[in-house]
Amino acid sequence: MSMSGSAVELPVTTEATGAEAPLTSRQLKRQLRLQEAKTKLSSPWASGLAILLAILWTIPTFGLFVTSFRPASDIVSSGWWTFFANPGVTFENYENAWSGNGGLSAFFLNSFVITLPAVIIPISLALLAAYAFAWIEFPFRGVLFVAVFALQIVPIQVTLIPLQTIFVNFGLQNSFWPVWISHTIFGLPLAIFLLHNFMKEVPASIVEAARVDGAGHVKIFFVVLLPLLVPAIAAFAIFQFLWVWNDLLVAIVFAPSPNLKPITAAIAELSGTRGSQWELLSAGAFIAIVVPLAVFLGLQRYFVRGLLAGGVKG
Amino acid sequence: MDWFLNPTSVSDKLIVMVVAIVLFVAIMALILWLIDRPNVPNWLVVAGFLGPVTIALVVGLFYPAAGTVWRSFQVSQAAVGPDGKPVINPNTGQKTSELVFSFANYDKVFTDPSFQKVLLNTVWWVILVPVVATVFGLIYAVLVDRTRGEKLAKALVFLPMAISMVGASIIWKFMYEYRQEGAPQIGLLNQVLVWLGLDPYQFIITEPWNTFFLIVVMIWIQAGFAMTVLSAAIKSVPDDIVEAAQIDGATGFKLFRKVTVPTIRPAVVVVITTIAMGSLKAFDIVRTMTGGNFGTSVVANEFYTQTFRQGEQGVGIGAALAVILFVIIIPVIVYNVRQMRLSEEMR
Repeated sequence: MSMSGSAVELPVTTEATGAEAPLTSRQLKRQLRLQEAKTKLSSPWASGLAILLAILWTIPTFGLFVTSFRPASDIVSSGWWTFFANPGVTFENYENAWSGNGGLSAFFLNSFVITLPAVIIPISLALLAAYAFAWIEFPFRGVLFVAVFALQIVPIQVTLIPLQTIFVNFGLQNSFWPVWISHTIFGLPLAIFLLHNFMKEVPASIVEAARVDGAGHVKIFFVVLLPLLVPAIAAFAIFQFLWVWNDLLVAIVFAPSPNLKPITAAIAELSGTRGSQWELLSAGAFIAIVVPLAVFLGLQRYFVRGLLAGGVKG
Repeated sequence: MDWFLNPTSVSDKLIVMVVAIVLFVAIMALILWLIDRPNVPNWLVVAGFLGPVTIALVVGLFYPAAGTVWRSFQVSQAAVGPDGKPVINPNTGQKTSELVFSFANYDKVFTDPSFQKVLLNTVWWVILVPVVATVFGLIYAVLVDRTRGEKLAKALVFLPMAISMVGASIIWKFMYEYRQEGAPQIGLLNQVLVWLGLDPYQFIITEPWNTFFLIVVMIWIQAGFAMTVLSAAIKSVPDDIVEAAQIDGATGFKLFRKVTVPTIRPAVVVVITTIAMGSLKAFDIVRTMTGGNFGTSVVANEFYTQTFRQGEQGVGIGAALAVILFVIIIPVIVYNVRQMRLSEEMR
């Protein structure tokens, strides 16, 4: 399959360079544009439909966002769409959710403490394993790699109870360690598979040249391959980050105590216990959303690349 | 060692986090330092690179999965001694229980009406979410392809992917919010019903349609994924194929149906199977929106409820539900991988 990440970022910009182009190419472009008009479903109707769908897709988020800035008395007495006729803005909801009776700041910290190691550790381990699978010759390499790939199909539900028993036996229960360790384990198969694919794309001649110069595997790994893999690592790091930050299942199984609970679990619980307090829920939800949203908006390019590598290649 | 296992203050938590990372880096550095010298045999190098991962996967995935499969065939019952009487634990004075081999867990899951409902709901999730999300993603990708504002249009639909399923559930719970007739509606959908002159409707509570309103949330999340992958696939359709079809007189919708769709078929298959697996395992939405009440539970949610909320009896049923998830996923992945191989060979 020849779908690389770059394919996404190739909007056809015929207009942009049109001015300086010689006549022949301008003619060609006009022809292309005519052709394009025929091949596409584009019409005012199509554009209208696209805009309508985009609005429909955005309204739910937008509605809760507006609500999070409305005074509690307004929220219960009128819909958020009346805000524009009768605006009243307050930051009290966020104050309450963060440090008041929502108390989300502590859970926000837990999310951070959980996420950082749970991103760094699996990626480092996966990089080493991917290197071994890609560039070290050893018996049963193919079989082992397929075995790792196959482990991706194990749903994490299948592992939870025995893992819990293991953690209890080691006296680690009710600490951050089970959360870090299980996120690491669950992230490994996909990470190894993806990073291996990227490692394989590095030309063999580069690795061979380093080997001829007398570099061992450790040196080749750090000096030759790691610098080339930075975009791939970034792509997977974003994925693992979002996965861990947004996770609910691992959190409520391995970090149930309020001292360890991440913000997703805290919000899910708020939704159950205070489901009608929308001033608290709306602000709380956006406190939980803001970090992944910032990561997504800031690193969208890597995000899409990682998605295509993961989604299309397997 | 209290801060190491049970940190409570902000600084302790941050310290233990840094310690975890440093500890890990130190161990890995030691391993690599030991193998990074001349005359180290190859197998030792391989062990250094692969050893930690192998241990993690065998102990953390393979062994637990096997244990759960085994547990799903066991039920807990009162232990009976050789004399035919219940065994009493001398320390506690309670009857002891033992695990015996049985198909009872599976029997219950497949015959009990409430579990059958769970299975049926799961089928709806696994069929509707991938199909609707993919169709929507494809249509949207075609509509915005090569238009002005394509990037923004895509980002808007893609945004729900970055939001957690818990966040999405809260966003939609607010959309579905219900107030009694006559009271001011604060949920948009019920306000629309009122504007249309209809009665407000309890979207989340009213069976049997509530399951489908939960499914809408998952479609809302997954459509962006489908759109992004399919849009990339559409852009990579070779120009010469399109031109050849145009010379043959294909235009507009016909061109799309006869040329674009067959060419991007492998991508469509991957999108559908990926979303199907995601929908199968997704438990966050049901957990957050209904907690599995009102007849909306799915296998992934019921697994959690049984395993962690129903005591010893539930563990076996939870294990059986997890194994069912596992078994459903296997053919999907095999199909997915074969399609991938096939399209790689064709290239």
